[in-house]
Amino acid sequence: MLLKELCQRSGPSGWEDDIRSFILGQIKADEITVDTMGNIIAHKLGGGKKVMVAAHMDEVGFIVSGFTDEGFVRFKTVGGILTTVLVSKKVLLGEKKVPGIISAKAVHLQKREEREKLIPMSELYIDIGAKNKEEAQNLLNLGDYGVFAGEYTEFGDGLVKSKALDDRVGCAALIELMKNDYANDMYFVFTVQEEVGLRGAIIAANRIRPDYALVIEGTTCSDVYGTKPHETVTNLGGGAVMTAMDRAAVSDRRYFEMIKSLAERENIPLQIKRTSSGGTDAGSIQRSGGGVKTAVLAVPCRYIHSPVSVMSKSDFDSVCRLSAAVLKELERREL
Amino acid sequence: MKIEEILEKLDAPLGVSGSEEAVGSAVKDLLAPCCQTVTEDVLGNVTGWYRCGRENAPVVMIEAHQDELGLMVSGITDEGSLLFCEIGGFDPKTLPGTEVTVHCETGNYFGVIGAKPPHLVKDAAKALAVENMAVDIGFKKEQTEKIVRVGDIITLNTGYTKLAGSAVAGRCIDDRGGLAAVIRTMELIQKYRLSCDVAAVATVQEELGLRGARTAAAQLVPDAAIAVDVCHGTSPGVSDNAFPLGKGPVVSVGPNLHPKLTRQLLDRAKEAGIEVQIDVDSGDTGTDAWEIQVAGAGVPTALLSIPLRYMHANYEVGDSRDIENTARLMAAWLLSYKGGDDLCF
Repeated sequence: MLLKELCQRSGPSGWEDDIRSFILGQIKADEITVDTMGNIIAHKLGGGKKVMVAAHMDEVGFIVSGFTDEGFVRFKTVGGILTTVLVSKKVLLGEKKVPGIISAKAVHLQKREEREKLIPMSELYIDIGAKNKEEAQNLLNLGDYGVFAGEYTEFGDGLVKSKALDDRVGCAALIELMKNDYANDMYFVFTVQEEVGLRGAIIAANRIRPDYALVIEGTTCSDVYGTKPHETVTNLGGGAVMTAMDRAAVSDRRYFEMIKSLAERENIPLQIKRTSSGGTDAGSIQRSGGGVKTAVLAVPCRYIHSPVSVMSKSDFDSVCRLSAAVLKELERREL
Repeated sequence: MKIEEILEKLDAPLGVSGSEEAVGSAVKDLLAPCCQTVTEDVLGNVTGWYRCGRENAPVVMIEAHQDELGLMVSGITDEGSLLFCEIGGFDPKTLPGTEVTVHCETGNYFGVIGAKPPHLVKDAAKALAVENMAVDIGFKKEQTEKIVRVGDIITLNTGYTKLAGSAVAGRCIDDRGGLAAVIRTMELIQKYRLSCDVAAVATVQEELGLRGARTAAAQLVPDAAIAVDVCHGTSPGVSDNAFPLGKGPVVSVGPNLHPKLTRQLLDRAKEAGIEVQIDVDSGDTGTDAWEIQVAGAGVPTALLSIPLRYMHANYEVGDSRDIENTARLMAAWLLSYKGGDDLCF
């Protein structure tokens, strides 16, 4: 299954090689370019407007920053990961996918005040089982990247659990959308380094200079125990999510309204994201060149940026159907 | 069998304190080829006998506990998630973001222990308490209420993982590591003629307060006993009261342990060239040894521990060489033990 394979590939921001080579094997276009940062730009020639459809292929992860004399691995996070979900999780490091456990001292050895606090990042390390620094350095180099070891599992009422749903759901949607025929001049872009500041999208948009962009994402969903109703942001199973505004971009109003009425017409469940925090590649694309009209459609993901992010297959389906309808509508309409 | 192989077979089956059936049956399968009889008592303690064939031979108990920590469903939320309490003591900080299995009468269900998204976390430095966590099994309240009941057991899905060199990680190396050492000992003594009967015991409910060991020792009242458990391994920020991995089993000394038996173990280690470390326990060792020592009219008891990093976390890390050497040391002592006044003061 495509989404499963996409999720299992590694692609921490800055080292997207594994996921990139997998995606390159999955897509066909008139012209496929891998640019200097590693974005995949797949061009399907057409006569009309230039439309850029983007999803980021990178995921949050880790980078090896040092070794202790005892052979433990020091690391930094790549992208935003809460320390809450780090302790005692399995990670895979480097090209050889060396298994390691993010570790901290045992609960019995923590003082009372330590027990009530989160362990600061600076005190966490990865245990790969090496006996000393030399053995650790034989297995890993400074600057080697790592990712969570979070397998793809289907469970509950049509739900999926995996690492990296953000944004392999977008990659999966793009690969599906590329199979359709379009009248417009279409650019399907799998971007890099979204998680460290929407970086890949900057140069991709500069190269393409699109008229319109549609960004497909995985987004926050907190409809879970302990969250107040007004803080849930999105609902799992509530359909595709559209962003009106976040920290990085404001959706074009006419584009936004067009998508809203399309969803109604096509009977596709749609919810509007109920927060202005977060940011996507739309932020970089919108402000590229002389400016671009952008919109964001997303699949709600619980526990995003953790090894156990969770999505609903029905929401993914809604995003795919609505995105296809949007791209068709852009052939008929000028905003 | 190689320690890694035994550990893999012992790690997969579940054995939350009070529900040790699955791991108990794995233990029986592993003990069967090296015992004349394997029995199970009313609480679930499993005992494998290797008898020397001599009449009135002294009895030695070598043991480790087979139970592990777990969670238990304590309620269902409006969202359909499961509230839970602990069986034994986890480090709550290791739980968010963890995959679990909920064991219900209607079957087993996959779930995750959730964590709030970053922008909703008010006090970023504060650890989440177990009362504020829930297991998401992906169903709405009505469905959840049909399949899950309060009291159902929840286990972590973190499985056995081989790390670099001889390091091993798993959900409960505490005390499947000890159990592996006991089973390996039974393999090692097979080709020898002993002067004692050996009872290899996998006890239940250790994590709840050494309960299985009490009844197991009461039934056996052995002439000597060796308990195998884990102790803290050294790691960054942890040096006191902890022992490096790969430097051999840790032999405890102190009032809980019989001085002569302990001395003999240290002597056998020296003769066999097995590196050992010494732990000084001034009172309660917190292990089955504490109960066994006072069973019946008293049992000369020793304690061997396997250094283990991150005890009671999702993943505990130990060294398979330490487990193998624990087994070699026990086998060496068993070969030398003659009974009689061997252990008299």
